Amino acid sequence: MNRTWIIVGATSSMARAFARKVAEDGCHVLLAGRDLADMKRTKKDCELRGAPSAYAVMFDARKPGTFDEICVKAAVQDGEINVAVFVGSMPEQSAIDTDPTLIDGTIQDSFTGPAQLLHRLAPLMEERGCGTVIGVGSVAGDRGRLSNYVYGSAKAGFHTYLAGLRNRLGRSGVHVVTVKPGFVDTAMTWGIEGMFLVAAPESVADDLLKAVKKKRNTIYTPWFWRYIMLIICHVPEFIFKKLKI
Amino acid sequence: MRWNQIKYAGWGNVLTADTQVARPERHSALEELITDCDHILPIGSQRSYGDAAIATEGKGLKTERMDRLLDFDPDTGTLEVEAGIKLGEILRLFAPRGWKPAVVPGTGMTTVGGAIANDVHGKNHHIDGSFGQHVESLVLLTADGNARRISRKKEAGLFKATIGGVGQTGLITSAILKLHPCPSTTMSVSENRIANLSDFVDAFEASTAPYQVGWIDTLAKGGDLGRGILEEAEFSAQPAATIMNQKTKSIPMTPPGFAVSGPIVKIFNALYLRRVPVDGRTVDRPINEFFFPLDKISDWNRLYGKKGFYQFQCVLPMERAKDGLSDLLEIVSDGGIASPLAVLKKMGEGRAGYLSFPMEGYTLAIDLPNRAQTPAILSDLAEVTERHQGRIYLAKDGAISSDAIARMYPEIGKFREQVNKVDPGHKFISAMAKRLNLRGQS
Ligand SMILES: Cc1cc2nc3c(=O)[nH]c(=O)nc-3n(C[C@H](O)[C@H](O)[C@H](O)COP(=O)(O)OP(=O)(O)OC[C@H]3O[C@@H](n4cnc5c(N)ncnc54)[C@H](O)[C@@H]3O)c2cc1C
Repeated sequence: MNRTWIIVGATSSMARAFARKVAEDGCHVLLAGRDLADMKRTKKDCELRGAPSAYAVMFDARKPGTFDEICVKAAVQDGEINVAVFVGSMPEQSAIDTDPTLIDGTIQDSFTGPAQLLHRLAPLMEERGCGTVIGVGSVAGDRGRLSNYVYGSAKAGFHTYLAGLRNRLGRSGVHVVTVKPGFVDTAMTWGIEGMFLVAAPESVADDLLKAVKKKRNTIYTPWFWRYIMLIICHVPEFIFKKLKI
Repeated sequence: MRWNQIKYAGWGNVLTADTQVARPERHSALEELITDCDHILPIGSQRSYGDAAIATEGKGLKTERMDRLLDFDPDTGTLEVEAGIKLGEILRLFAPRGWKPAVVPGTGMTTVGGAIANDVHGKNHHIDGSFGQHVESLVLLTADGNARRISRKKEAGLFKATIGGVGQTGLITSAILKLHPCPSTTMSVSENRIANLSDFVDAFEASTAPYQVGWIDTLAKGGDLGRGILEEAEFSAQPAATIMNQKTKSIPMTPPGFAVSGPIVKIFNALYLRRVPVDGRTVDRPINEFFFPLDKISDWNRLYGKKGFYQFQCVLPMERAKDGLSDLLEIVSDGGIASPLAVLKKMGEGRAGYLSFPMEGYTLAIDLPNRAQTPAILSDLAEVTERHQGRIYLAKDGAISSDAIARMYPEIGKFREQVNKVDPGHKFISAMAKRLNLRGQS
């Protein structure tokens, strides 16, 4: 059967690594993101690696008008439709402290924008009765903390949305995977102090594909973050509120 | 674009840098990166052993995330790629479709940019020449922030300065390569024991194989000097597409230096040679294992311990080969530091840049652990190389003097003219360029 992956936030290195793998696996690829010139290069890369077709379209989480084209392009693809959402933005917490209006954009990029897009694609996927949604959240969404709680709360919202979507789409044979990456070696983390156990985007992409195959609900990548977060989530609040992590 | 303060080393782990490095992922970020800093150096996979990719004079720009396929014509095998893509990745993707890079060095981790900037050679140099000869054109982002496509027809001088130009003319952002047909993903490899140096050269001269490489036991002396194994290979008649397993192992920690101490190396070399039966054998090998035998362990260089190692590689002209090689091997076998296997290859005339390494003759590469007596041995080796009208390879060097380099590379004047014209402010600069005065002090 024809398989298509819609890859949202396609300019990130994680998305690029994922796009390559599904392209080599023979899937059609629809790349959606903000830097069209860059995505055109990735589109060609995907075609040359084995995607029977690849497209690059504009997507801006803050401009729902840009979702139309994605939905139209998805509808004309035969067969199984899959979506992987890699978007999100994390301004410095200090920048948000000086300009709280930045909160709106962070939430649009990391939660409400992708949620709206998924909501619009959901009926099509239900109709096809197959396929997978991958939503990339973050370990930051598991507990609010000093250094990035706005980003964290947006991702927490996204996690909850994905859980609900899983509940809904599961009834029609569509699976939803929630992904919580720890530190990944991307442009976002390059040169940031305090990074440890950083995962390569390629190994994250491998984990995603494994999760799709095994129909996992929520995964941490790399896997040991499940245990790091288990500990972090179990620190009593009266202690946690004094920590600086 | 963020800069990351990092410490890194050449492959030999002797020469190091501690500087700010950017790792752009998008094409659109490049121009600003180049124009925004005073001095910068492109960095590939850091598979050069010495200081070719060491940025002590400014910042560094890692190309590894600019690694996409841009265009391919299946009729002619013409492939356009971003310069950060690794040759092993091109082989993995295209060998099953019947194409391979025309030239690959001994590690698939080498990026296209690094392969051009050192004009690398492979086991087929005697027939197919150097990597740069199969580059149709490339896009160079120069010190002024402008990108230009250059080739043998367009700005030929700058093109020849860029191939083998160790990153000094600018950042190569993409290149168009002529791939070669790859009739099989399996190689048929014949291995034969060779008794001594003179036999080795004779065996190379007699061989008609498209791919050849010799392994020499550097511990052998006297009448055994230069004994080893000659590997000759061609594409197997078996067309079956073997799945290429890219699984690698890594070395979990830096082991103590004794991992390559005399007795251990002695045992290793002996086992390696004896693996091949007395009257030789022919075996089938997956293409990637044949070309990149060392890539199975991703960071084997750490076996040399914290002090690291040097690799010495030179080429000697044909008529001096037997004498010269024997002088070189004597220095090593008498030097008292155990070197694991050395590599011997025959070279043709093929070269594509002013500072390209190859010349018709024989090339010898020897790993030398970094010990107290190593600098003296390296300088003896360099002296013998010069005496036999040979040349030392920049991709490996971390020790030679600037005067010797100028004598070994007769076209260095043309290189300097081009590089100083395109980058008068010396924006692109490496520790090596400074150490060897590659640009010529104006
Ligand atoms: C195990 C092993 C086996 C090897 N076998 C061979 C062999 O058989 N034959 C051979 O010829 N070599 C061989 N080499 C050497 C290796 O192929 C070269 O050193 C090659 O240049 C390494 O490429 P790199 O991508 O790691 O570049 P680096 O080592 O990171 O950089 C090399 C040079 O290229 C420049 N450079 C890199 N990218 C760009 C760019 N995009 N634009 C402009 N300049 C750039 C750098 O500034 C630097 O001067 C071997 C090395 C190893 C470790």
